Amino acid sequence: MMQSATHLLLLLVVLTDFAVLGTSRLSACIRWIAFQGAVLGVLSLLVGGDLAWNAWLLAAGTIIVKAILLPAFLRWAIREASIRRDVEPLVGYLASMLLGGAALGVSFGVAVSMPATVRNALLVPVALVTLIIGLIVLMTRVKAITQVIGYLMLENGVYLFGITLARRVPYLIEAGVLLDVFVGVFIMGIVVFHINREFDSISAANLSTLRES
Amino acid sequence: MRPAASAWIALAIVLVVAPGVLGVASRTRALLTRRRGAPVLQSYYDLLKLLRRGSVLSDTTSRVFRAAPVCLVASTLLAGAVIPLDGRAALIRFPGDVVALVYALAFGRFLLVLAALDTGSSFEGMGASREVTVASIVELGLFLSFGTLAALTKTSSLSGMLGAPLAAAWPTGSPAILMTAVGLFALMLAECTRVPVDDPATHLELTMIHEVMILDHSGPDLALILYSSALELSIIAAIIVTLLAPRGDMPVAVSLAVLAAGLLATGVAIGIVEATVARLRLPKIPLYLASAASLGLFSLVLVLWSSP
Repeated sequence: MMQSATHLLLLLVVLTDFAVLGTSRLSACIRWIAFQGAVLGVLSLLVGGDLAWNAWLLAAGTIIVKAILLPAFLRWAIREASIRRDVEPLVGYLASMLLGGAALGVSFGVAVSMPATVRNALLVPVALVTLIIGLIVLMTRVKAITQVIGYLMLENGVYLFGITLARRVPYLIEAGVLLDVFVGVFIMGIVVFHINREFDSISAANLSTLRES
Repeated sequence: MRPAASAWIALAIVLVVAPGVLGVASRTRALLTRRRGAPVLQSYYDLLKLLRRGSVLSDTTSRVFRAAPVCLVASTLLAGAVIPLDGRAALIRFPGDVVALVYALAFGRFLLVLAALDTGSSFEGMGASREVTVASIVELGLFLSFGTLAALTKTSSLSGMLGAPLAAAWPTGSPAILMTAVGLFALMLAECTRVPVDDPATHLELTMIHEVMILDHSGPDLALILYSSALELSIIAAIIVTLLAPRGDMPVAVSLAVLAAGLLATGVAIGIVEATVARLRLPKIPLYLASAASLGLFSLVLVLWSSP
């Protein structure tokens, strides 16, 4: 029962990866990433196995940070910088979908040859897929805010990897990851804010034209 | 009852119910948008009306144009015969008949495209080009979905994929089967030119896909084309119904009842989609199809991964 629920949630994580890859509206992207955060929170509870107080704490912390705080923060950044339009990908949606499909094949292929030391073997390929698709989103989107979303997804992948180690390593790792995400997004949010104010655009391409003289 | 007899009865059910599924879909759509809508049997009346009319043939058309509707119905019937509609065994079955199914559907479309090009109308040529663009991506998704079923049941014949082995695979492979069913539903909407891809009710030329190609057909020819597209929809819907409710070990009567009820339920589902979802712009369609195909890919990878 618990096993199949975990499986279902992991599949949901992959489906949200693809949803972010295929959505063209920024607000929808943020909604998907928030949903993914909530799923991760429930997952950490299920995979941990023993429902000790620190497992509950971790799940609550994950959901609060990944599903509520960060999305609200992203929405605030969008509102502040008044950017409400589409995602503006460098690579088209169809091509990024195909890239996502390739990532799916590669990560499940790689996961077969990995040592099956973890209890829930599906966790490893799903973590890999989330990592790679996060990387794809990070690299192929013009706007800084979409890059933050890609970074968040990448962190979600790392977090999933962290769950696989939850048995042997204390929850300290996950707490560190959470903090990492928070700080990263915070800084990038401020950067986004500033870029928008200074250059009237938050396109990351403008960063490369920063030169003196 | 011998297996073959139940297969014939199931085929007969699909043949009879097919236009009704469209009627149910449009009725659901009408009810959800607060209209009264046409009667459920309207599509039957339309077919009868068209069958009684004469047809007008353009001087530029050749024999291809006249042969296309008949051959289209024949190829769609072949597709129906390959599928185990009664949930047990198909009328025609051989290893790899899944390819025959996809190509029978593709052959019908090819004939329609030929007939459209035969009219020499640039407008119909445009419709043909759009139809083929959509179909080429749909085919990828279809093969990925059937590949999932083949990997899951370890057979290459549809009678195995949708028969008893499917029911045996359900407890372990249900996520993959569900995703395949959802992907197939999305592909069915594209293949049968329903709402997110094409609107059968539209008569605005710039946005039409399928309807453009059949503009020059009239009378019994048009009736055959409309009937075979309804049949195609019901055939794919029958696959989805079988996926969601494997009927390999049900009694024959129950299995046939489930088939008929499932077809009508698919009509309701299509109506709900049509009432709630807006039609996609043409450039967005490939992304929609790629999403459906990636759902198929994901389920295929999942199945291959969990059963090395």
